[in-house]
Amino acid sequence: MNMHRFWLAAVMLLAPAGSALADWELNMREGVTEISRDIHGLHMLIFWVCCVIALFVFGWMILALVLHRKSRGVEAAQFSHSTKAEIVWTLIPVLILIAMAVPATQTMLKIEDDRNPDITIKATGYQWKWEYEYLDEGVSFYSNLARTSNDARRLNSGIDPASVENYLLEVDNHVIVPVNKKVRVLITSNDVLHAWWMPDFGIKKDAIPGYINQVWFRAEEPGIYRGQCAELCGQDHGFMPIVVEVLAQDEFNARMAAMQAEQGIDTTKLAAN
Amino acid sequence: MAHTNDKYYVPHGSHWPIVGSIGLFIMMIGVSGWLNGGSVGPWMFAVGVAVIIGMIVGWFGNVIDESERGIYSTQVDKSFRMGMSWFIFSEVMFFAAFFGALFYTRNMALPFLEGGSNNFFTGLLLWPGFEAMWPSNGPAEVGGTFEPMGPLGLPLINTVILLTSSVTITVAHHAIVNMHRNTVAIFLGLTWLLGAIFVYLQAVEYIHAYHELDLTLESGIYGSTFFMLTGFHGLHVTLGALMLFVVWIRVLRGHFTGSNHFAFEASAWYWHFVDVVWLGLYIFVYWF
Amino acid sequence: MSTATEHHADHHDDHGPELTGIKRWLFTTNHKDIGSMYLIFSLIMLFVGGLMALVIRTELGQPGMQFVSPDFYNQMVTMHALIMIFGAVMPAFVGLANWMIPLMVGAPDMALPRMNNWSFWILPAAFTILLGTLFVPGGAPAGGWTMYPPLVLQTGDAFPMLIFSVHLMGISSIMGAINIIVTIMNMRAPGMTLLKMPLFVWTWLITAYLLIAVMPVLAGAVTMLLTDQFFGTSFFRAAGGGDPVMFQHIFWFFGHPEVYIMILPAFGIISEIIPTFSRKPLFGYDSMVYATASIAFLSFIVWAHHMFTAGMPLTGQLFFMFTTMLIAVPTGVKVFNWTATMWKGAMTFETPMLFSVAFLFLFTIGGFSGLMLAIVPADFQYHDSYFVVAHFHYVLVPGAIFAIIAGVYYWLPKWTGHMYNERLGQVHFWLTTIFVNLTFFPMHFLGLAGMPRRIPDYAVQFADFNFIATVGAFGFGLSQLLFVYIIVACVRGGKKATAEVWDNPRGLEWTVPSPAPHHTFDEAPVVK
Ligand code: HEA
Ligand code: HEA
Ligand code: CUA
Ligand SMILES: [Cu+2]
Repeated sequence: MNMHRFWLAAVMLLAPAGSALADWELNMREGVTEISRDIHGLHMLIFWVCCVIALFVFGWMILALVLHRKSRGVEAAQFSHSTKAEIVWTLIPVLILIAMAVPATQTMLKIEDDRNPDITIKATGYQWKWEYEYLDEGVSFYSNLARTSNDARRLNSGIDPASVENYLLEVDNHVIVPVNKKVRVLITSNDVLHAWWMPDFGIKKDAIPGYINQVWFRAEEPGIYRGQCAELCGQDHGFMPIVVEVLAQDEFNARMAAMQAEQGIDTTKLAAN
Repeated sequence: MAHTNDKYYVPHGSHWPIVGSIGLFIMMIGVSGWLNGGSVGPWMFAVGVAVIIGMIVGWFGNVIDESERGIYSTQVDKSFRMGMSWFIFSEVMFFAAFFGALFYTRNMALPFLEGGSNNFFTGLLLWPGFEAMWPSNGPAEVGGTFEPMGPLGLPLINTVILLTSSVTITVAHHAIVNMHRNTVAIFLGLTWLLGAIFVYLQAVEYIHAYHELDLTLESGIYGSTFFMLTGFHGLHVTLGALMLFVVWIRVLRGHFTGSNHFAFEASAWYWHFVDVVWLGLYIFVYWF
Repeated sequence: MSTATEHHADHHDDHGPELTGIKRWLFTTNHKDIGSMYLIFSLIMLFVGGLMALVIRTELGQPGMQFVSPDFYNQMVTMHALIMIFGAVMPAFVGLANWMIPLMVGAPDMALPRMNNWSFWILPAAFTILLGTLFVPGGAPAGGWTMYPPLVLQTGDAFPMLIFSVHLMGISSIMGAINIIVTIMNMRAPGMTLLKMPLFVWTWLITAYLLIAVMPVLAGAVTMLLTDQFFGTSFFRAAGGGDPVMFQHIFWFFGHPEVYIMILPAFGIISEIIPTFSRKPLFGYDSMVYATASIAFLSFIVWAHHMFTAGMPLTGQLFFMFTTMLIAVPTGVKVFNWTATMWKGAMTFETPMLFSVAFLFLFTIGGFSGLMLAIVPADFQYHDSYFVVAHFHYVLVPGAIFAIIAGVYYWLPKWTGHMYNERLGQVHFWLTTIFVNLTFFPMHFLGLAGMPRRIPDYAVQFADFNFIATVGAFGFGLSQLLFVYIIVACVRGGKKATAEVWDNPRGLEWTVPSPAPHHTFDEAPVVK
């Protein structure tokens, strides 16, 4: 445990929010889908609304704490009712809440619109790995925690996690999807509950044995995105990450064809749909 | 509102509560060991149960004795009554959990498994061909084919029995208020007897289910809800009948007066509660 | 509310012979003794659960696995939560209720004193069984305090012990709650009408109702787990027509009211303390009562906000989002009423008041994060992340625990007859408040940055905030040693407390001497 981190932390916490905070990840990611940006927007909206309310409520409290203390020699007033005030501070919160519920509902409707996907992947949780099946392409594979992370995460492994690239966030087989395509993910489980969480896509859904939940996303930026299992599933719950690689369409096609060849899948026999 | 003229009554200390806790402790450890396959488990369980029975007999004996000596004020009586009603409310909520499970599986889970609502792919990919119906033992037909328990026959007879018992206890109640001790004895006796018959017939029904209908606790969700709901109800009937029996013995011994008969009323309330739960069962478990 | 109390110096006793020695505690029917036992039990459990929290925080201090196995880590998380909720917070509130409600309504004792004793003595049995699971094959339960199947069914020999200890806790809480309701409804002194009752009594009345309504549901839920495991039922198995998600519905039908069970009595305590130190009557008494009742009502129809990612149909998600958001309204009414009570008062800041003021700020922060969690799309990102952990520790630690601490300081002189050491109390307050924020505030950032909860190890970008939280947790824990010292010192001696203790406080409890005699109100006081 390095001491400098402690002092760093102490200073950071006391210092006013400055540019130094930039490399401390503080906030929700905007992500790379329309939905994830909507969610981020909603998050910021409620956050600022709460800040404004806090400013008002805490301001009022602090004012009272400063002004109406006995040490300033004040006499206590004895009022104890005001129907008018009560109505005001019941109604105003109701209005604020309605104002927040409307955009939230709109986003929900958008999230639930899962029509016309371009590609469907079934993700199955196992203790403790994920299995992915491309329903139309016939390809399937397991996705385990990468060896490097798995070695370092052993009790007293002697390996410094900081020396491992993408510690706990890397897997042996990435999920690949084409950019700007509506990808539907069917999520289920083979044993206990798991949850498929991909922060950059604004998606989290439980994997339930015997039931299938569905989500979709349309990633707009090629790149590698990382998430984790988000429902307690036993001892290695913290060690079954999710990695999705968003590829340009032609690159996706090439990689997919290679996988199909590797798994010996006869593409002519696949259903047209 | 408190009674100004009545002096407050606070009972003196008692060793029964701590005995009860020890009994519960032994019983719970015992049953845990039993379920885990240990060999001392059943014995510990038996010891725990024995301690608890001893505690109940001793504690209630104490209270009955104090009541008969007339040291309870009307306020204490009222506390007992309120306590009993809230206890019954908690029992209602316990059954609510199981009724909730029945409603949820019938109206949500089974249709989901078929592919309803937002579970299109659940039906398509996991359970192709499964149709949601009731009764059901699920898409994998857990426990094998079975026949459900129909509403006629034994269940109907049991319904009549419980409804009759509800009449007899009401007659007994009117009689106790007017201090017709013989009528109380007869109708109260009838009530617990009807309760005992009910329990007996339910045992017959269970045997029928297991041997002729292939309906067991393991028959998927139908078997689970059927036996858990009727089973817990049966347990409560047994308990209620026991309470009525004890009260009946007390009546025979000349306990209670027209205005002081809390134990009678508590058992009667409990009996009505058991009755109402049965009606719910009859309608939702046997009928629809 | 003015009171006239008649004390008969030569009151004779019909409590039977006074019990002495160990029998006094084992056989007691005295609400003060039972209250003290509850409070001591709760303090012990706070330390046991806190020690487990420290194991959690130690492992999370830096990335990599250094101290415990992942399975043991999960055992610690599960046991920490169960012990804190059922062993520390709930018994503490029942203990305060036992001590104060009879004093506040002018009753000589609880309505059903023997059952009262039994409610308490079931707890040590329940927690011996629960803690015993640490030593059985397979270890303690490790499926989280929410006990979701199918994972919880993988528990080893601890499984039936977990179920039965939960049953025992349920029995204890139900009996405790029945006693409290009956005491309030049947034992009030003449003139103590419902709308004259102190708010602590009101909030407990409603809490007791919640307890009786939901503890049996929890008992039912865990019973179904038991039969699924041992008797072949299919409640939570899709193959047989059941549904794992059904457990979540039943559990949270209990679980959500449960979290209000842990905060309503806290509201009551705060509503007692703020008027005293503001030297002003509570603002909006009636609306406080109605707000409490509304919160209790709403708490029954919001449960599925814990299950937004479980795949409920859209209408369900929206319904539970709207109802959940609504809870902010009555809770807001309370916050505003407390502030209005302080407004234009003449405040002093003794330790109970300091904790209450901190409660106002920090509980509100926890409430805001709760409101954020209620927004379904946003909850898709927050759920099962440290943002949730931050939320509930804000409402539970500087919420419930702060209120309990405030209540203990407020009534300690009444219980012991001595003033606690005010200067040390203030030190305890500042240490606790600084460290609690150091522990839990960074968790907001961790959650937003994507750290899932219930993991023993994490990606390196989360290292710094986790380290801060760990430092905070140890500081918080150490500060509580000071709390214990202050209490012990106050029990053993200190400045004599007057009957009123504080500057002209309201309520019957301040009309009896300090320490409150073993038996109070043998003759009913008359409340005008
Ligand atoms: C004491 C306990 C307590 C309390 C009081 C609360 C209060 C609230 N909680 Fe919390 N909650 C928990 C304990 C508690 N919670 C626990 C233990 C969990 C996690 C369980 C687990 O998974 O292990 C949890 C989880 C939890 C979730 C699930 C998160 C998830 O898992 O994804 C949600 C979602 O809606 C939620 C919401 C709320 C809301 C809306 C309130 C509201 O009651 C808050 C209302 C208060 C305010 C809003 C502040 C004051 C108001 C004003 C100043 C008025 C003006 C304000 C506005 C108009 C905004 N809580
Ligand atoms: C009332 C309830 C309550 C209380 C009071 C607390 C108190 C604390 N909690 Fe807990 N917590 C929960 C309820 C509570 N918690 C719940 C419901 C969960 C969810 C569980 C789940 O996911 O299933 C949880 C989960 C939880 C986690 C998340 C684990 C995970 O998801 O992986 C963490 C992590 O930091 C944590 C930390 C703490 C800390 C540091 C305290 C501190 O406030 C504790 C402070 C107290 C002490 C430290 C003890 C006192 C002092 C001593 C023992 C003396 C010795 C001290 C020293 C030598 C320093 N808690
Ligand atoms: Cu899989 Cu957590
Ligand atoms: Cu909740």
